[in-house]
Amino acid sequence: MSLSVTLTINHVARRIELDDPRVTLLDLLRERLDLTGAKKGCDRGQCGACTILVDGRRVNACLALALSHDGAEILTIEGLAEGEALHPVQAAFIAHDAFQCGFCTPGQIMSAVGLIGEGEAGEDPERVREGMSGNLCRCGAYRGITEAVVEATRTMAATAQEKAA
Amino acid sequence: MNRFDYIRPGTVAEAVSAAAVPGSAYLAAGTNLLDLMKIGVARPERLVDLNYLPGLDAIEALPDGGVRIGARVRNADLAQDPGFRRRFPAVAEALLSGASGQLRNMATVGGNLLQRTRCPYFQDTASACNRRAPGSGCDARGGENRLHAVLGWSEACIATHPSDFCVPLVALGAVVEIAGPAGPREVPLADFHLLPGATPERESVLAPGELVTALRLPAEAAGFAAHARYVKLRERTSYAFAVVSAAAALRIEDGRIAAARLALGGVAAKPWRAEAAEAALVGAAPDAAAFQQAAEIALAEARPSGDNAFKIELARRIARRALRLAAAGTPERLPALPASPFAPLSGGLHG
Repeated sequence: MSLSVTLTINHVARRIELDDPRVTLLDLLRERLDLTGAKKGCDRGQCGACTILVDGRRVNACLALALSHDGAEILTIEGLAEGEALHPVQAAFIAHDAFQCGFCTPGQIMSAVGLIGEGEAGEDPERVREGMSGNLCRCGAYRGITEAVVEATRTMAATAQEKAA
Repeated sequence: MNRFDYIRPGTVAEAVSAAAVPGSAYLAAGTNLLDLMKIGVARPERLVDLNYLPGLDAIEALPDGGVRIGARVRNADLAQDPGFRRRFPAVAEALLSGASGQLRNMATVGGNLLQRTRCPYFQDTASACNRRAPGSGCDARGGENRLHAVLGWSEACIATHPSDFCVPLVALGAVVEIAGPAGPREVPLADFHLLPGATPERESVLAPGELVTALRLPAEAAGFAAHARYVKLRERTSYAFAVVSAAAALRIEDGRIAAARLALGGVAAKPWRAEAAEAALVGAAPDAAAFQQAAEIALAEARPSGDNAFKIELARRIARRALRLAAAGTPERLPALPASPFAPLSGGLHG
């Protein structure tokens, strides 16, 4: 069979030929599409730096074989903002100083977007910490990260309510 | 990672026939397999990709009151299914205590059963490991082995099975549905994983080419919903495998235990159901003395395989804690830290 996949990446559909079945979504994004926001930290699903959304769900791109995801919708940190307008999670990370070196930040933000979408943690800091435990931060910005996720959860809920009204 | 041929079957029959070729491996989410391929521990020549198979991703209520869970159902989807978590809360709690949000969104029910041990010597191709390379020896014996097995181990292998999910499943009598070259069959989960003996490389009863297609829980398993918990001790608060875990489920009638289920995780090469302890609980009042006795019975055969004698007493205490929490009643909502012994407990710190 031909090794090709069709993926919608950051709202743009693309057909991609692969010369090797071993390519993960992470390597596809970083090495072949020049989308280097998702980071390769451990490459083993332990650090969360590669977190992206696949069909709206947060996953570790390093453990996802590209060939297993034909037809999937991929959202990376590069596709999160709307033009110049930051996503509420991005804005909250800045407001709460939720990073230092920034290496884990794209994964943290995509994981937070996924977590908020799951709707289980709400604004409970302990549930947020538990829900974000798949993302390591070696600088130790966890306090700011938790505060940012809680605030983004609140602002996104308020926006959704305004839209519904 | 080694090179491999990639096969994408469209039906279970095509998958089984493709995987009958020696050197084949099934690929579901790949959260464990791809990881092992990256470090050279797994080197399949052919990957048979299950991600395009229809019909293995449903959670079905069965007419007899049981439930069938397709092998490709994702951990997160099962744990968040309202009907499932209401009827099988200890299973949902175990799922939510495992891995991370990202991995639970990927990992599948079938893959969870078949995940490999996290023994560091198994994962290091420079070490001797009878499970990875039969006959090469076991560097865990006499090595760093404080987290290794205390039940059912052999001189050939002291590794543990890492699953949380399987622990309440085995307690509740789950059955594994299998498709294969010789046709379909089913096996109780309690008989699915094999103890190491002299052949630790044989981890389950699956024959080459056989595929787990679904899991079933019987109707009676839902009868424990009011008193069912999973407790898991980890070396950090979240996102870690169990040092020791326990699933406990009780049916309490007129102040007495009418039926009991107890299983342990992190202690053996399979999820460890403690049937003698269950039998001892029946008819007893759900109190500390009964739970203490059950925990003693559950660990009666345990013996250290290295620097892990502490796990035997720890397992007794975690079993007691799980029984005590189960007796107190399944909470309306799971605690913020599912299965954590550090979640608030009424009446004191220690079970």
